[in-house]
Amino acid sequence: MPAPEVVAALRTRFSATPFALGVELPATELLTALRALRDAHGYRYYVLGTGTERETAFEVLHAVRNLESGDTLFVKVAVPKDAPEVDSIAFVYAGAEWQEREIWDLFGVGFKAHPDLRRILMPDDYPGHPLRKSFAMDTPWGYRPAPAPEDAS
Amino acid sequence: MSGGPIEVVEREFGELALNMGPQHPSTHGVLRLILHLSGETVIKAVPVIGYLHRGVEKLSEHLTYDQLAPVYERDDYLAPTANSNAYVLAVERLGAIAVPRRAQWLRAFVSEWQRVSSHLVWLGTLGLDLGGALGGGTTLYMYCFREREKILDFLEELTGTRFHTNFNLIGGARYDLDAAMADKSNALAASVEAALPELWSMSGGNPIFSERTRSVGTISKDLAMGVGVTGPTLRASGIAYDVRKAAPYDAYAELPFDVISRTAGDAEARFQVRMDEIRVSLKLVRSIVDGLPAGPIFARKPLKNPKATKIPSGEVYAAVESPRGELGFHIVSDGSAKPLRLKINAPSFKNLQVVTHILPGGLVADVVATLGSLDPVLGDVDR
Repeated sequence: MPAPEVVAALRTRFSATPFALGVELPATELLTALRALRDAHGYRYYVLGTGTERETAFEVLHAVRNLESGDTLFVKVAVPKDAPEVDSIAFVYAGAEWQEREIWDLFGVGFKAHPDLRRILMPDDYPGHPLRKSFAMDTPWGYRPAPAPEDAS
Repeated sequence: MSGGPIEVVEREFGELALNMGPQHPSTHGVLRLILHLSGETVIKAVPVIGYLHRGVEKLSEHLTYDQLAPVYERDDYLAPTANSNAYVLAVERLGAIAVPRRAQWLRAFVSEWQRVSSHLVWLGTLGLDLGGALGGGTTLYMYCFREREKILDFLEELTGTRFHTNFNLIGGARYDLDAAMADKSNALAASVEAALPELWSMSGGNPIFSERTRSVGTISKDLAMGVGVTGPTLRASGIAYDVRKAAPYDAYAELPFDVISRTAGDAEARFQVRMDEIRVSLKLVRSIVDGLPAGPIFARKPLKNPKATKIPSGEVYAAVESPRGELGFHIVSDGSAKPLRLKINAPSFKNLQVVTHILPGGLVADVVATLGSLDPVLGDVDR
């Protein structure tokens, strides 16, 4: 789906590996690659930011679009689980500010130099980050109430 | 949800922090805005969201693919079909599941009717927001809901439910359109179209309405792109991007229609774009009824149990044009019967984010006009 010539250009300039929706980059190159996409390749429209928890690492994805060609490109970086932090791109794309807050809120992945990194959907005092696989959906009392005891009479 | 500390207190000629919402009639749901005011001018706006967060994305990882489509219809509750439409598109793309042509046309048919009904709710509530100048506030609202009620009755007759139609299935559609319903659709389109001049005379034709919306909440082209606002809000800022045209799905590649855009970027431009889109959608439902291809509406083999639907591993992004803009689903599959991760790219979330940029500098009286013109649905924002 992503434009092959842009993926090729990213592969020559950065150590990028392509995947189905775009390219995967080392976390250190995220900011420069997105700046290049915005300024040199015309990807000026911010589509979405999201995260995925894999077995070994978190993945942070940003999708950007070139509105002239209509092409959407995903940029993926892997974030280690023991030190989950990655550069914020909120200064490159203003739209990333809330999306990164959401990733922080739900996955606990931090963003360096984010202008305002606070929880966005969950309450301030909420324990944990609910979209992590280790966060069980069970409540202490279980999904269903215990069956009513048989009537003794 | 965090609003952060509010340390600002009123001082003489100083700054005032005004809390608006979450229970406020013109926030269209449970949105809270902390407005920092200097006199009548807003100098900072801090939206606080999350009051309607239901953890839909977490729930998605615990249900099978076939169980999930109805869940998303509860997200954007003014246009439920668009949500499940985007979801089934993503799953079909990842699983390479074919959809019969008639089902694709029917999906577009229901989506367009819901676009009209959603835009009518938006117009009515915008009238409420702008208040007394528009015939006592509720006049426009009542006229819009009268038309919307007819559409909901029609959808009830077609699908059994007024609202959450459950129309989209992975690999097809659930309900068919017969000749009698096709005639009813045409009659309904004519009656809604006939009511539009009346609605316009109460809103766009009213000089007070124009005064209250012109040059209010202006979004420049660059800001629109950087923040990623979408739908009518993007098109009112001079960018004619419509998912139906730019990345056609369902039947839209075969259907002729115009992409409406304006260049002013203010609340009035957004109003004009949506009003014109009602006409475009009414034209679309007519051409769908005229050109509806024959054939089956569902072609997948019947399943013994829903766990049999295993989707190949991979990543996919599919989007539709909901009444509020690009509504996308990013699904990561590990090859099992449940998604590994599912992200909903909600249009209202992105459109609401822009208020932190456009409210400062404006008057406090324009806050509700700006919010109303963005048409956020909080179920869609908070998911």
